[in-house]
Amino acid sequence: MSASDANGRLPPLLLLHPDDNILVARRDITKGERVEIDGENVVMPAAVELGHKLARRALEPDTRVFKYGAPIGSMRVAVARGEHVHLHNLRSDYIPSTSREMGPASSTDEGGH
Amino acid sequence: MTESRMKGFLRSDGRKGIRNVVAVAYLVECAHHVSRLIVQKSGADDVHLIGFPGCYPNKYSLEMMERLCTHPNVGAVLLVSLGCEGFNREHLRKTILASGRPVQLLVIQQSGGTTRTLNAGLDVVRKMRAELATQTPVPMALNELVVGTVCGGSDGTSGITANPAVGRCFDWLIENDAACIFEETGELIGCERIMASRAITPALGAEIEACVEKAANYYRIMGYGSFAPGNAEGGLTTLEEKSMGAYSKSGSSPISGLIKPGDVPPRGGLYLLDVVPDGEPRFGFPNISDNAEIVELIACGSHLILFTTGRGSVVGSAISPVIKICANPDTYDRMADDMDVNAGRILQGAELDEVGREIFELVQSVAGGALSKSEALGHQEFILTYKQFEPIGPACLPAA
Repeated sequence: MSASDANGRLPPLLLLHPDDNILVARRDITKGERVEIDGENVVMPAAVELGHKLARRALEPDTRVFKYGAPIGSMRVAVARGEHVHLHNLRSDYIPSTSREMGPASSTDEGGH
Repeated sequence: MTESRMKGFLRSDGRKGIRNVVAVAYLVECAHHVSRLIVQKSGADDVHLIGFPGCYPNKYSLEMMERLCTHPNVGAVLLVSLGCEGFNREHLRKTILASGRPVQLLVIQQSGGTTRTLNAGLDVVRKMRAELATQTPVPMALNELVVGTVCGGSDGTSGITANPAVGRCFDWLIENDAACIFEETGELIGCERIMASRAITPALGAEIEACVEKAANYYRIMGYGSFAPGNAEGGLTTLEEKSMGAYSKSGSSPISGLIKPGDVPPRGGLYLLDVVPDGEPRFGFPNISDNAEIVELIACGSHLILFTTGRGSVVGSAISPVIKICANPDTYDRMADDMDVNAGRILQGAELDEVGREIFELVQSVAGGALSKSEALGHQEFILTYKQFEPIGPACLPAA
């Protein structure tokens, strides 16, 4: 987890488990920043905050998302590698999540926003 | 090795308390203000306010108050009743008396109102504190300790830093035969199969799976999972994602039992506390705030609580010290005064074991009398509401 690069900096993305198809931001990452994902350079399409997730590879709708090697939900829509994975494109396979704006997410808002 | 650092007050049931608190307990909301005045005007940090607001009797709340008033950290109890509420105050008073603790009951309608009850209460508390001051603590070993853990204000860092660091601490505590409790099956939805595989018997594993299913059903009927907007703002997307992070607080020890609020672990080991009510949903959400879970962990005998937070929480608790472990390095920078441990440094290269060791050491020094941050800041939050439980089944606590 703490392997640093040649300049002693820690990589901005964490892979928590080899089976995972998402990565976790170790710090705030800015839009346009170049990050390395599985050895390839990816230009960040949007900012991602500390603790948030992004796609390790392109994910199709209904793909199960893995974090810690465990399923944490399924994709509502397709995303490209490096894209932010969150409420707008990932759904629970158990009980829908809530936000201040929308209250309990219902099956009718499956399209996200 | 570490035995000498911890000390406790020996109670008649053989348990030891790491604090010697005078609890002032209101038995209905109508007695809350007078009780609060007694606590405030006593001017003492070791006089704590607890209580139950409802007027209608409820088996769960009576049992919770019995467990809390005879908790090892409690040395004496002042009960404050209005006089007409349904709470069985005589039953509670007798339970406390039978435990060998000083107990007094003041009934506001009989005492003559607010001021007279306040003055009588202050007199009682002064005498109780004088009596407790003559008690001498004795050495206490890790195998006499019960530690609970809870997370509040979780974010995307919680499951990577603070929670697994608490898990390491739990593993070392359990190696030393301490009892450790993790909880909130509604926040473990999605982890049921992994947890069941860690149970010491297959029958216990089946009970664990069933209790998570009960939680999922309960929350589904309520219309909300145990997932707050702040969780999402901190990077968590789904309930099962939050669960996986919360689950890592349990460490890697086998699961020795499944208990309900008020059940005290019979021996060392790792226990899962089921806080979701049995039967049809009747009284609302199972855990209306973090402190409701903390109170239930304390009712199970927890001497202290390890509280992990990513977004940042400031709460402590009445009766048992709360140690705050901050998962997020940015939150730690903003709220360091409230945080006992900076686990977010794991993201900046620190080892999990190093942070786990710091928590393990802190548990022992707080058990030895050192104040946690929330204690020193005067946090003594407390909440207890209506619930309903059936007793645990025979498979839930397999023989050792």
